[in-house]
Amino acid sequence: MNERKYPPVTGIAMTSLGLIVAGGIYLSAHLPQHVPIGPAVVLLVLSALLMAYNIYSLTRVKDFPWDRFFAVAKWSLLAYLVIAGLIEYAFLHNHLRGGPLVVLTLSLLIFAIHVPTLLGFTVARYYDPEQEVAGAPAA
Amino acid sequence: MTDVAIPPIELHEAPPASPPIEIPDFEIVPRAGLVFAAVAAVALIAAIESNKLWPLEFLHVSAGAAWTIIDLFLGLVLGPIMGAMPVPARIQFTTRLMPKMVVIMPIAVTLTLAAGWQLSTHLGTNLTVHPDHGWVVASMIVVGVMSVIALGFLEPANIAVLIELKKPRPNPEVIEHLMKRFVYSAGVLGLMQVATLVIMTKLGSG
Repeated sequence: MNERKYPPVTGIAMTSLGLIVAGGIYLSAHLPQHVPIGPAVVLLVLSALLMAYNIYSLTRVKDFPWDRFFAVAKWSLLAYLVIAGLIEYAFLHNHLRGGPLVVLTLSLLIFAIHVPTLLGFTVARYYDPEQEVAGAPAA
Repeated sequence: MTDVAIPPIELHEAPPASPPIEIPDFEIVPRAGLVFAAVAAVALIAAIESNKLWPLEFLHVSAGAAWTIIDLFLGLVLGPIMGAMPVPARIQFTTRLMPKMVVIMPIAVTLTLAAGWQLSTHLGTNLTVHPDHGWVVASMIVVGVMSVIALGFLEPANIAVLIELKKPRPNPEVIEHLMKRFVYSAGVLGLMQVATLVIMTKLGSG
């Protein structure tokens, strides 16, 4: 198996997703009544920072197979943008406006970017060029 | 579909003289399944737009039931069976099951969540004054935790194992590692779905 050391992308991505899920639950539990968005904004900013750090830490990995990463991430990005769009549509249909709409939209955007990042990373980390040559020994 | 025979993979657990592992040809994302997913997405938009009780309840209950039952069955019944299967049988099973899961699960979860939110708005159960509001928030928390586990562990393992199996020389160690991750995540999600059943039957009973 590929024993290269990678940054803790999965753990950071799960923490980041956990933060936006917590913010989303906080807002959804109060809507449609007025809800102070401060706690949700803090969770969103922390989640965005973790996502930015995750992507930055991947760019620092030497010889990371980006072609493998993007081969998976681009299609999953499309799929998760559609999923995020459907959830956003449910909120818009219920006349959600103002601060909560902005926070939920940005949360969905982080979700739609971070999940494909995680999928692309999981595939790319197990990439071994030797496996692409038929007849060459694996691992 | 054609079957491809790959030569034996010489690794720690594979004896040098083992017969070739048969890997069936498969699509990582079945195109026919995408048509089904697109139809379901259109049905969801129509149901939300109509804001009528029956279509919303139909989509929320049917997709939610599919999500719950698949997680329970996969986590507590199929998972342990897969874990006990010999590697060639597991590969045959995986290449037939997992591509379907790649299409079914995301659309089932999206239908459940979006139709559920609209249904909750329609019934007023998402209002803080509603007597069942606490149960609705509890369901959001359970779904939130399950989503993070599914998106962080299960889905990446599912995709990565299929891509590994598509390689000319798949690495059995990687497959074993990812399958373990998939089966354990499915087990945890299966157990958490029991909480969903408790909450949803309570909400249904009033």
